[in-house]
Amino acid sequence: MALKYLVSGAAALTLFAGQAMADGKLSIYHWFEYIPDELLAKFEAETGIEVTMDTYDSNEAMLAALKAGKMGSYDVAVPGDYMVEIMIGEGMLDTFDSSELSNFGNIEDQWVDVSFDLGRSHSIPYQWGSTSFSVNRDVYAGDINTTSILFDPPAELSGKINVLDSQGEVIALASLHLGIPQCSNDRDQLKALDDLLQSAKSHWASFGSDVAKDVLVSGDAAVGMIWNGFSSKAREEGANIEYSFPNEGYVVWMDNVVLLKDAPNRDSAIAFMDFLLEPENIAAVTNYAQYTAGVKGVSEYLEPALAVMPENNPRDGAGAGAFVAVCDEATQTVYDQIWTRLRS
Amino acid sequence: MNRGVDLRRYFGFFPMTLLCLFILYAPLIIVTVYSLNDSRSITSWEGISLRWYAEIFTGPESEKFRKAAWNSLTIAVMAATTATIIATAAAIGMIRGGSFRGKSASFALISLPIMVPEIVTAVATLIFFSAIGFKLGTLSILVAHIVFCIPFAYMPINARLQGIDASYEEAAHDLYASRWQIFWHVMMPIMSPGIISGFLLAFIISLDDFIITNFVKGAGVETLPTAIFGSVKQGIKPNIMALSTLLLLLSILLVTASYFVGQRREKPVPTNQKPETEA
Amino acid sequence: MAANIGTGRAVSSTFAPLRIWLLLPGWLSIGFFLLIPVLLMLVYSFLTKEFRGGVIWEPTLAAYDQFFFDRGLFGDDPRRIEWKYISIFWRSIWQAGGATLLCLIIGFPTAFFIATRPDRTKVIWLLLVTVPYWVNLLIRTVSMKFLIRDNGPMNDFLQYIGLINEPLQLINTNIAVQIGLFYSYLPFMVLPIFAAVERYNFTLSEAASDLYADKWTILRRIVIPVVSPGIFAGCILVFVPSLGAFLAPDLLGGAKSFMIGSLIEEQFKGNIGNWPFGAASSMILLSLVLVALFFYARAQSQGERA
Repeated sequence: MALKYLVSGAAALTLFAGQAMADGKLSIYHWFEYIPDELLAKFEAETGIEVTMDTYDSNEAMLAALKAGKMGSYDVAVPGDYMVEIMIGEGMLDTFDSSELSNFGNIEDQWVDVSFDLGRSHSIPYQWGSTSFSVNRDVYAGDINTTSILFDPPAELSGKINVLDSQGEVIALASLHLGIPQCSNDRDQLKALDDLLQSAKSHWASFGSDVAKDVLVSGDAAVGMIWNGFSSKAREEGANIEYSFPNEGYVVWMDNVVLLKDAPNRDSAIAFMDFLLEPENIAAVTNYAQYTAGVKGVSEYLEPALAVMPENNPRDGAGAGAFVAVCDEATQTVYDQIWTRLRS
Repeated sequence: MNRGVDLRRYFGFFPMTLLCLFILYAPLIIVTVYSLNDSRSITSWEGISLRWYAEIFTGPESEKFRKAAWNSLTIAVMAATTATIIATAAAIGMIRGGSFRGKSASFALISLPIMVPEIVTAVATLIFFSAIGFKLGTLSILVAHIVFCIPFAYMPINARLQGIDASYEEAAHDLYASRWQIFWHVMMPIMSPGIISGFLLAFIISLDDFIITNFVKGAGVETLPTAIFGSVKQGIKPNIMALSTLLLLLSILLVTASYFVGQRREKPVPTNQKPETEA
Repeated sequence: MAANIGTGRAVSSTFAPLRIWLLLPGWLSIGFFLLIPVLLMLVYSFLTKEFRGGVIWEPTLAAYDQFFFDRGLFGDDPRRIEWKYISIFWRSIWQAGGATLLCLIIGFPTAFFIATRPDRTKVIWLLLVTVPYWVNLLIRTVSMKFLIRDNGPMNDFLQYIGLINEPLQLINTNIAVQIGLFYSYLPFMVLPIFAAVERYNFTLSEAASDLYADKWTILRRIVIPVVSPGIFAGCILVFVPSLGAFLAPDLLGGAKSFMIGSLIEEQFKGNIGNWPFGAASSMILLSLVLVALFFYARAQSQGERA
C-alpha cells in the first residue's frame, strides 16, 4: 500500500525511529505479577540485554491485543496450554530448534511431548498450576469441596463472588460442574451451560482477574475464582481463605514461554528462554508466584514451604484436574455467544 | 425595587456549593491521609510515615514511574505544542479568512475529536494504524494525542480572536507592515492569552489521557496514566496514594502559579466586545 | 462548542488569501488520523468477522443483525428483537443521564453562587472547583473507589456516627458508576453555567422583582431561560463523555454490568474478538452522540434567536 510507505517514511524521519528495535533488547508480553523484578534485573546483568515488559490479564486478552496490531512488537509471550495450540493454529508462533537452547534438556520429561506443542518447537514450560476458587472462612464455615459454591452458592455467599475474566477457564469449570465434556456440540448440553451461567451470574458480584487477589484480601469478595499460587499469596497477605479442590474436578494449566512470529529480537528471546530453563532462575519464579516449575533440578532452590502448601496438594477424594480444551469454530462460536450473554 | 431582597442570593445555594466542594475534595483528601499511613495494608492504620513517598523515588517501581512520567511529559509538551500551532493557524484561517464555502464543514472537522467518543477514537485509531502498518510505539501515541488536542487548543484561541477587531491588522497593513510582521507584532501579542490557555488545555488533556493511549501504545511504552492503571487494577497500594498526592500538590501549585501569573499579565486588551457591565 | 460557528466578525485582507494554507494542517491531521479511521470503522462494521479476531473482506449486515436481532444460542432460531445490547445502550444512556442530572442539581447552584461573588473571591472559588479536575481522571476514579468501598472510610464514618448499621454496598453497583461519572465530569457542568450566569444581566431580575415576582419565580421564569445555553452546554459536556465512559464502569462497577465503552473495548481487547460487531456498536454510539449534538445545536440556535 502506498499509504504504508508514506507513513513509515514519515516515521523514519522522526526522532522516535531511533527507538526502533535494535539488538540487545527484549520485549516481553507477560501475565501481570508473574515474574520477580529481581530476576529480570539478573537477566539484564548477565546478558546486557535491555528488557521491557507489558502485562495482560487473560489468555484471550493477550490473543486479542496481538491480533489488533501488537504482533511484531513483542518477542515472547506466556500463553497457557490451550492458547499455545490456538496461536500455533493461527500461525502466530515462530519455531526454534532444541539445539538452540543449551538448557533444553532441563525440561522435565513429562513436559516435553505435550499435546499442545509436540516436542516443544515453539514453547518452553514456564509454570503449571490449577484454577479453582477460594472461600473466606470467616464468612462461610460449610463444605467447600463442590463447584456449587461458585455456580449455585449458599445464601450467605451469594452476591459476594468474584469470577476470573477468562472465558476458557470459566466455561471449563462450568462444564465440570455440569459433568459435561468440554467442547461438546450437543445442543442440550450447551443450552444447560448457558442456563447455568445465566443463573450463576445473579450470584456474582464482579468479574476480574487482576483484582482476584485483592478482593479476597480486602474482603470485598468472600469467594473468588482464582489460581492456586495467587490464592496462596492472598492467604499470606492475611486473607483467611481456603483453596478448594472440588469433587467435580478443577482446571489445570501450564503456562509456556513462546517465541512470537516476527519477533524483533529473536536472539534475545532465545537467550531469555534458555535463561528460564536454568533451575535456579525458574525456581525464583516459582518462589515468587508459588506455582510449580516444569524443569528438572529446581527442588534445591525452592522454599521448603511451597512443597507443603495446601494450594499445591489436592486433598484425597478431589476430582480430577482437566486442561482447557480447544474447540472447533462452530462450538467456539456458541461459547462466544454464551460468554457475551454472561458479560452483558 | 423591593427593598431587602437580594436577587443574587438564593437560600441553599451556598450550602450546595460547600457540598459540591466537599464531594470534589473528599476522595482526594482521604487518599492524601492514607498515603501517610505506615501500614502496607490500606485497611488498617499504623501511624504516620513518609515511607511511601520515599518508595516512589527509590522503590522497585520507581524506575517504571520515572520513565512513564518522562514519557507523559515529553508527549504532552510535543503534542500540545504541535496542536497549538495547528490550532492557531486554523483559528486565523477561520476567523480572518472571511466567509467561504465549507466553513461549517471545516469547523465540524476541527471539532471532530471532541464529538467522537473517546473509546471510538481509540479503537478506530488502533485499527487504522494496524491497517496501514504504522508501528505502535511512542510515535503512535504522539500522533493520536496531537489529533485530539487540536480542538482543545483551538477553542480558547478561537474565542480570543473572535473578540479582537481586525482594524488593528488593517492599520498595520496600511503602514506597509509585512504579513509576518503583522502576525508577529500585532496578532501574537493580542492572541497570546488565548494561545497560552489553549496550550495549557491541550497539555493537560494529553497528560490526562488514558483510554486512547492504552490502545495505541507500543510494546513497553508506558505513560503515567497507563502505568498507574496497571498498578491500581490489582488493588490500591499505598505508594499509588502517595503518587496521587504528589500529583495533586503539583496541580495545585501549577494552577495557583498560573493564577498569579495571569493576574500580573492581565492588562487591558483591545477588543470590540462590549465592556463587562456586570459588577 | 458550536456557538462560535458564526460568520467572521471581520475580514482581514491580510490573512484571507492564505486561508487554505492556514487551515490545511488542521484538515490534514484530523482528516487523515481521525476521519479516515472512523470511516474505516464504518466499513469494518459491514464486513464479516474472522474467527478469533480480525475481518474478512466480505460485505454483510451480520454485525448490525447481531445487535438488533436475537437468533438464539445457535443462530438458527426465528428472529426476535435482541434486547441485550439495546439494554446496554439504554443503561448507558440512563447512567449518563443520571450523572448529568446529578451534576446539574449540584452544579447549577454552585455555578450561580460563584458567578455572583465579587470579582476577587470569584476567581478563588472557581479555582477551588477546577483544581481537582487537574488531577488525573484515573486517580480521581480510584480515590472514589477507595472512599466508597464496603470497608472504606465513608462506610466506617457513617457507621461510627450511627447513621447506618450495615455498610452501604455501593461498589460494583450502578449507583457507584453514576457517582463515578458525576465525580469525573462535574466541573464540565459548573464552568459553562458559570460563564452564562456571569453574563446574565441582573437588571432583568430587578425588573421582575419590581413587578412583585418572588425570587424563586424569577429564577425559574427568567434566570434559567436566559442562562439555558450554558445549562445545555454543561449537560452536553457531561453527557457525551459519560456515554462512552470506560474507567468508571470498569473500576467502580466491577466490570460486571457492561456499558457501551466496555462492550466496545471487549470486542477488540477482551475475550470475544468480534471486530465488525465492535465497529457496529461504535457506529451506533457515534450516531447517538451526533443526535444529541444536533438537538444541542438546535437548542443553541433557538436560544440565540430568543
